[in-house]
Amino acid sequence: MDPRRKRKIRAVVLLTVALLLAGALVYTSFSAATEAATPSQLVAAAEAGRSYKLTGKVVDGSVERRDDGVRFAVRDRTGQTAIPVDYSGVVPDPFREGREVIVEGRVRGGTLMADRDSLVTKCPSKFSEQKKGSGTS
Amino acid sequence: MAAVGSACLFVGLLTALYAVGAALYGARTGRRRWVDSSRFAMYALAGLLVTAFGLLEVAYLTSDLSLRIVVQSSSTDTPTFYKVTGMWSTQEGSLLLWVLLLSIFSAAVLRATRRTMREIVPYATAVLGTIAAFFLALSVFAESPFTTFAVPPAEGNGLNPLLRHPAMMIHPPMLYSGYVGFSIPFAFAVGALVTRRTGADWIRATRRFALIAWTFLGFGIMLGALWSYSELGWGGYWAWDPVENASLMPWLTGTAFLHSVMVQEKRGMLKVWNVSLIVTTFVLALLGTFLVRSGILSSIHAFGASTLGPPFLAFIAAVLVGSLVLVLVRLPALRTESRLDSLVSRESIFVLNNLVLVSVCFVIFWGTFFPLISEAITGTESSVGPPWFNQYVTPLALVLVLLAGIGPVIAWRRATPANLRRAFLAPVAIAAATLVALLALTPAAESVPSLIMFTLVGFVLAVVGQELWRGVGARRAMAGESPPVALVRLVARNRHRYGGYVVHAGIALLFLGVAASSAFVDQRDVRLRPGQTTEVGDYVVTYREPTARFLDDRSGTGAPITFGAVLDVRNLNGDERFTLNPSRNYYAASEGGGPMGTFGRFFQGESTTEVAVRWGMRRDFWMAVQPDLRALIGPIKEANRRFAGLPGEAQALVLAAIVERYRRDTPSATFRTLVSPMIAWIWIGGGVVLLGALLALWPTAGARERRVTSLYAARLGRELSRA
Repeated sequence: MDPRRKRKIRAVVLLTVALLLAGALVYTSFSAATEAATPSQLVAAAEAGRSYKLTGKVVDGSVERRDDGVRFAVRDRTGQTAIPVDYSGVVPDPFREGREVIVEGRVRGGTLMADRDSLVTKCPSKFSEQKKGSGTS
Repeated sequence: MAAVGSACLFVGLLTALYAVGAALYGARTGRRRWVDSSRFAMYALAGLLVTAFGLLEVAYLTSDLSLRIVVQSSSTDTPTFYKVTGMWSTQEGSLLLWVLLLSIFSAAVLRATRRTMREIVPYATAVLGTIAAFFLALSVFAESPFTTFAVPPAEGNGLNPLLRHPAMMIHPPMLYSGYVGFSIPFAFAVGALVTRRTGADWIRATRRFALIAWTFLGFGIMLGALWSYSELGWGGYWAWDPVENASLMPWLTGTAFLHSVMVQEKRGMLKVWNVSLIVTTFVLALLGTFLVRSGILSSIHAFGASTLGPPFLAFIAAVLVGSLVLVLVRLPALRTESRLDSLVSRESIFVLNNLVLVSVCFVIFWGTFFPLISEAITGTESSVGPPWFNQYVTPLALVLVLLAGIGPVIAWRRATPANLRRAFLAPVAIAAATLVALLALTPAAESVPSLIMFTLVGFVLAVVGQELWRGVGARRAMAGESPPVALVRLVARNRHRYGGYVVHAGIALLFLGVAASSAFVDQRDVRLRPGQTTEVGDYVVTYREPTARFLDDRSGTGAPITFGAVLDVRNLNGDERFTLNPSRNYYAASEGGGPMGTFGRFFQGESTTEVAVRWGMRRDFWMAVQPDLRALIGPIKEANRRFAGLPGEAQALVLAAIVERYRRDTPSATFRTLVSPMIAWIWIGGGVVLLGALLALWPTAGARERRVTSLYAARLGRELSRA
């Protein structure tokens, strides 16, 4: 075969494969994605059976250790609207009241029934954000 | 001291800017002395930054609490090892570390190339100087590590307890060395493009640095994974967290680069691809540095919002656009010197390996930035989880391991049937035998991807083994050496080649560990009281007794209180018995903090899991414990009521009594137990990769010889031109 034609065919095959892969990537990412939500969004309108990724702060005094995990409430980063979370699995080391957490699950009866081991706690701010006016530079 | 440090950084900024100016002026006018001067400026920059870094280390060691970053990340009672390494847990300290490493790498490469590549080097110097100036400007104007308090606080915050693990403290400098290292080939690629010297010179001059960067970055990633496995209480080593992904992406494109440059050296092909790859790698490295601190993606690593977002993004955009324009303008100079002769050839396997690596990188990029992408497109922020990543990365990883077996031994240009037979007959037979043995003797067929991976690992190891066997055989036949001598000499004489083979074998072993441990792990989360028993996999675990230690810090992390458990483990056959002691360290909350009062604060601060692992080549037995402290609430309240007014020493006695109470009251605790088959091979494989990379990096006698001959050739050329 003419080498130039051969190269052309190769290029077309390669491009097709790349496009198919990219298409699959885009499609599956949108269909498999979990929507991010704040407590107030979930309280206002949560579709039953749909998976959400809740972000917010652990309400002070709400943490209740259970035999297999922990129950707590998560509130908006700024605001008081809160939703209870029922979580089982490993509780991350930095988990504490007032900390920012991310947890995935489905809403049932006004409570987020969290997926096992889905709790993520952001690094405590004590070790990073002590810049409130005391620096002189 | 802070003043001297700040001065070092400021003078460093001026020095870097001078180096850029001098290098460009020297290159434009052809005045060598200006170029030499720019090189000396870069040496001076390294000296200044080493001084600044040293001053900061002294401040940490002496707990100089007038410095803000010392207060943030250290304290007088922080263990010494964590004082030394506390600096890079802060943003200011990590920026300084970045630019310090850059200046050292730059000085090294400029010294190595001081008599070669006279056209390219000045521009490379200018690029390196610009990068250094950018980071120094951030350090000087926005995030100075030498910011002081007018009134120093009495005590510092101490280092975040989660980071108190040796692997965690070595991990950032390793990653940064990797990120920074890629700026060297990037700078030379830019120099090559500007001067239209787009042959393989810039590649040869910087390949060692690319390999060093790749090695450091890979080692850093491995340490991070090891830390996750042996310090965090979930038992995994990789979670597709944005920051993990950010470190993996430049490593993947860097791996692609190390392979594709060989094609350019041998055949003069893939020139556009190579410069694009190194630009991508460098941009991804910058992105990795930035992501850790930016907080734009939700990650466990996001250490609060940073002020550096806009300048960083502007710099990344400038690098990206500038490089793109440069590549487009220089397209005519990047024309390929030859064409692909056959699809069955080493260069085509390398191209395929590059495509796969870049695809993996793209998949990870898409998944990592999907929250931003989806928000831009649909208006709602969504994210994809580990299963999404796995579904793409698993098949691509299988292809990669297959290519890792084919690439090193297939012929360049066009492989003949005879070549293929000679290279692959035995390895394919061994792979087939592996497959049959696995099917017959093990339950490996339960996971098809793992089964394929095991087979491919057999193939890669067989290819590498065959090469060593043949090489040793040849030396024995020719030189009559004994096998061990022949093996050592064989490898010593061709370090590059055999180093590469060792790396491939290591990668295969690593994937062996990944495939076996992810498909065949037994996990159990269970709550036990002392004396109770549970079963995990083939093991019976008995919770013998709780432990409680006060001011008896066996892990060296500075925790005053440790609760734990002693567990007896035996397997069902009864031929293996051992004891494990997982525990949890408790660090006191800051004074007066928390609703639990004087004594409660000791239990309410940070706490960290101290995992117990019984390491083994065949399987790891991994345990973590979450003690239940609810039984202590009563005693703590009582102590607050009765003893809060006592002097410090008496309070310590009360505290010791509360701690002891945990041991006596025999509460129940939650345990996570993992039996992970062959997970140790991930670390062994990583070690083998490191060994292979070091082998390839070790200077060869040949390189020294070439250097001497090229010096002579250069001198001869100079004298001839004068004559």
